[in-house]
Amino acid sequence: MTALTSLSPRLRQRLLSGVAIVMLFVVWEAVCVGFGISNIVLPRPSEIFVVLVQKLPLLWPHAMQTLYTTLLGFALGTLAGVLIGALIGVSRLAYDVAYPILVGFSSIPKVAVVPIFVVWFGAGTVPAVLTSMVICMFPVVVNVATGLAHTEPELQDVLKVLGARKLDILWNVGLPRTLPYLFASLKIALTLAFVGTVLSETVAANKGIGNMMMIASGNFDVPLVFAGLFILAAMGVALYALSALLERRMTGWAQRGNDIATV
Amino acid sequence: MTRSLIELSDVTLRYGSSDNPEATLALARTDLVIDEGDFVALVGPSGCGKSTILKLIGGLLAPSSGGVIVNGREVGDPRRARIGLAFQNPTMLPWLTIRDNVMMPLKIVEPFRHEYRAKKKGEFAERAEALLAAVGLKGFGNKRPWQLSGGMLQRASLCRALIHEPQLLLLDEPFGALDQFTREELWATLQQLWMDKRPTVLLVTHDLREAAYLANRICVMSARPGRILEDRVVDFPRPRNVEMSYAPAFSELVQALRMRIAEARAPVSPAVAAAPATPTLEPAEQEAA
Repeated sequence: MTALTSLSPRLRQRLLSGVAIVMLFVVWEAVCVGFGISNIVLPRPSEIFVVLVQKLPLLWPHAMQTLYTTLLGFALGTLAGVLIGALIGVSRLAYDVAYPILVGFSSIPKVAVVPIFVVWFGAGTVPAVLTSMVICMFPVVVNVATGLAHTEPELQDVLKVLGARKLDILWNVGLPRTLPYLFASLKIALTLAFVGTVLSETVAANKGIGNMMMIASGNFDVPLVFAGLFILAAMGVALYALSALLERRMTGWAQRGNDIATV
Repeated sequence: MTRSLIELSDVTLRYGSSDNPEATLALARTDLVIDEGDFVALVGPSGCGKSTILKLIGGLLAPSSGGVIVNGREVGDPRRARIGLAFQNPTMLPWLTIRDNVMMPLKIVEPFRHEYRAKKKGEFAERAEALLAAVGLKGFGNKRPWQLSGGMLQRASLCRALIHEPQLLLLDEPFGALDQFTREELWATLQQLWMDKRPTVLLVTHDLREAAYLANRICVMSARPGRILEDRVVDFPRPRNVEMSYAPAFSELVQALRMRIAEARAPVSPAVAAAPATPTLEPAEQEAA
């Protein structure tokens, strides 16, 4: 214990969360062995890792397909979200007109739109991209609009007295002020984009992790299904870490850490 | 020799539409003329429309009726006077350094706007540093706003209001959130800046000592709807200092202003307004009360 406390807090935190992950797998393995659970119900982690390594050449194209679809859907959804959010954040009229529609759209369960996209575009990549775009757009819209609405009125007055145009205020104050809100929503949007892609792949696709998992579960190859889950989790964590890194670089000023000041 | 920079004539301002009986009448038939290069303080009971006058002159509000002329031009004319504005809240942008915050007006105001890209690292940055040094913030240009105290931020806010060399400086209770010592230091700083650059200053404040220390002229406003009740010239020699603010003549002035505002406050309560509370009560005020 004394060895642990002598480490830096940051390292200790990482060490502890690493230990927690390992413990999770150990307990899982022990429960499966102890209660003699069949691998059709819940495969042991060791089995899943073996499948993961053995079938990697088969899994890799599916993983790339899912990653590609997710990133494309995420990029389109973010772009649309920023544009719509900026519009309703700046214009009172656009806000009043568009908000009820947006709330209506966002409360539709996104599973329900997949069949429509399939009818329009056929099974494959396009409905998956669109589903992931639609599902990750709303948090971005709401956060960007909120961020813009929070521009201090006093600061706007200071700039208006100088003769600033609306665009000046948006560019110099509104958009930078909105960045922390945008990044907060991007992290949510990214995980939602995965949900959208996999959702659509399980319903109508011939490629991708979601499709692969559907086929594997049809064959009762449960370890392979879990291997797919692990891949999704790994990709999700990697992209989350990437966006967190980007967030720290772009909006360090909003996090008020003393280490930022020296940068 | 002096020319008037600001002319408010017969200005009325109502918040809300005119046919709405609950619309608030903030100003009723107000007249105010301010000479170029003068330092005028506007004092009065809270809610009397001091800030409204400031916003009218800054072009942030349009009068319901009457004329607001700044530098010979109607409000809304883009060739109007160059104006600087500072509030009680310094509102520095947290993602910019103090220097970049101070330089913000140069990004927006013509003719600096067109030269901004070319000069932001050279001439403009030097100008910002010189101004920061003048208010005692030498070497703080690279700091971020959250690394500075409230008084330092307010100094930086003054710099931002002055960087584009405005003809007119509008200050809305700029030192209201500061402690007594910091406030008195900033009085001296502001006085020095005014004596060096000679912009026309309109200072809205509820601190009567502040008004008497800084201004050449103090206008006392009535309770809502606001009008100028009294216009006093303050002729203490400059540069003034805090010691002078404890001299008898100074205290007398502050006391007289205090009495005047106390009188002006009285009509706010309906019970008092029913009786002719003060001899100066005029029809416009009774109507509103």
